[in-house]
Amino acid sequence: MTATARKAQPVSEATPLTEPVTKTATVVALPKPMRSTFRPQAILAAAARNIVPPLIVVLLILAVWEIACSHPGASLPAPSQIWTDSADLISSPFFNNGPQDIGLAWRVLISLERVAIGFGLAAFVGVILGAVVGQSVWAMRGLDPIFQVLRTVPPLAWLPLSLAAFRDSNPSAIFVIFITSIWPVIINTAVGVRNIPDDYRNIARVLRLNHLEFFFRIMIPAAAPYIFTGLRIGVGLSWLAIVAAEMLTGGVGIGFFIWDAWNSSRLSDIIVALVYIGVTGFILDKLVAFVGTIVTRSN
Amino acid sequence: MTSYLKIDHIDKSFERGGVRTDVLKDVSLTIEKGEFVSIIGHSGCGKSTLLNLIAGLTRVTSGAILLGNTEVNAPGPERAVVFQNHSLLPWLTVYENVNLAVSKVFSGRKSKAEKHDWVMHNLDLVQMAHAKDKRPAEISGGMKQRVGIARALAMEPKILLLDEPFGALDALTRAHLQDAVMEIHARLGNTMIMITHDVDEAVLLSDRIVMMTNGPAARIGEVLDVPIPRPRDRIALSADRTYLKSREAVLKFLYERHRFVEAAE
Repeated sequence: MTATARKAQPVSEATPLTEPVTKTATVVALPKPMRSTFRPQAILAAAARNIVPPLIVVLLILAVWEIACSHPGASLPAPSQIWTDSADLISSPFFNNGPQDIGLAWRVLISLERVAIGFGLAAFVGVILGAVVGQSVWAMRGLDPIFQVLRTVPPLAWLPLSLAAFRDSNPSAIFVIFITSIWPVIINTAVGVRNIPDDYRNIARVLRLNHLEFFFRIMIPAAAPYIFTGLRIGVGLSWLAIVAAEMLTGGVGIGFFIWDAWNSSRLSDIIVALVYIGVTGFILDKLVAFVGTIVTRSN
Repeated sequence: MTSYLKIDHIDKSFERGGVRTDVLKDVSLTIEKGEFVSIIGHSGCGKSTLLNLIAGLTRVTSGAILLGNTEVNAPGPERAVVFQNHSLLPWLTVYENVNLAVSKVFSGRKSKAEKHDWVMHNLDLVQMAHAKDKRPAEISGGMKQRVGIARALAMEPKILLLDEPFGALDALTRAHLQDAVMEIHARLGNTMIMITHDVDEAVLLSDRIVMMTNGPAARIGEVLDVPIPRPRDRIALSADRTYLKSREAVLKFLYERHRFVEAAE
């Protein structure tokens, strides 16, 4: 019989004290915040703020580069030279003229497929291992020092061992991605799990949630912001690792393309490939961050 | 006749780095079905520890706690807890928070439709049905605590444990919630134990007030009966003789006989 929602009433409607107080609570729906109203001017202005400055800087860099490298005997190609050498790579990323003559977008996709498998495995195993390490003091004491040592090993240092173990370049490259990107996932998940408030744990104990229910209903959502931080670092590292690994293992990925171009002195192609790699890495990072904000929005 | 909840000569001590700290010493208390008992004491006297022991969240060092005829040695939904800071899961809506408890406690016992009705029934009890699709971050502190109470009630507990449930709320919201709890108690006849440090709250709500001495090794100093008939009305009570006498008794205990002295360390 309490008047719970009375405070939601507008203040201007101050009722005189003499009026009999009704015992039912009325709920006044607040107007929803204005969202996604289409205002072309605002969108244009925002686009201008975000796109014009980097565009100017890129043009400046290209101009300086052109001036620095356009004299005869320059060791690196100038932008205009790159355009004449590699216009096909830039303008048509999806051409396909046989096994080793394909557009850069195909190569990037092939590399991305390896990343997807390696990083997917790392995310899965990393979250589970991180949960164990975060949850159990003994697992942490036993495993954490090992993780701390292993995570400093550079990606390519794993490659010979992995080639020896798998005797094939493709699984070796995937393993290198896995082993590179798993550490930040483990460590961040463990920190997230360790930081789950005692109250949530007590709720789980009062409700007698079993381990599986606790993992899915409490642990994963509570640690989600930490987990996604780890995943974001991990995906960046795996993109770093794949290019390096492919340069050594061969195949059709973007990393091997660079190595191949270097062996045939196609410097312009290498520069175009670098741009592809950079843009792809940027998109990967934003993609994981975007998924993270969607998943953790309610926290 | 055995009593509903029996706390039988319990001691609780914590050990840390080889140093043993006695928190509770020889605490005995019996509570009858349907009773509302408040536990009051200065901060650090171990009243929250006592509640955690009843909840089963921590284990007694010696002695025993019996609910009905079973010994309490682990937490469970028959001793639902309303936590001080509501502890709703922020990624679930109000409905989902209550439903988490309902679907776990009544799994296999209620059909899907029955569970839904039971969730809504409990949200209605605390007048929060209108906010069922809101997340905890979108509702006020008092509303969160209401949902916390609904979640605890939805477990159909044998005993409801309230750990300073209104401590973090402003005075007006607190009064509303006290009324809500009184009404629920009158309607459902739950057995409730509430931890508080608010003398007025204790006198208004309780059938009995358990006063704890200061720690370390706190014990029950005194148990006060509050023979005020229900339903109680806070405005009428402010001039009631029994109310004022009870209030005075608690104040005297807390501020004359067991003054809180900050430990000089």
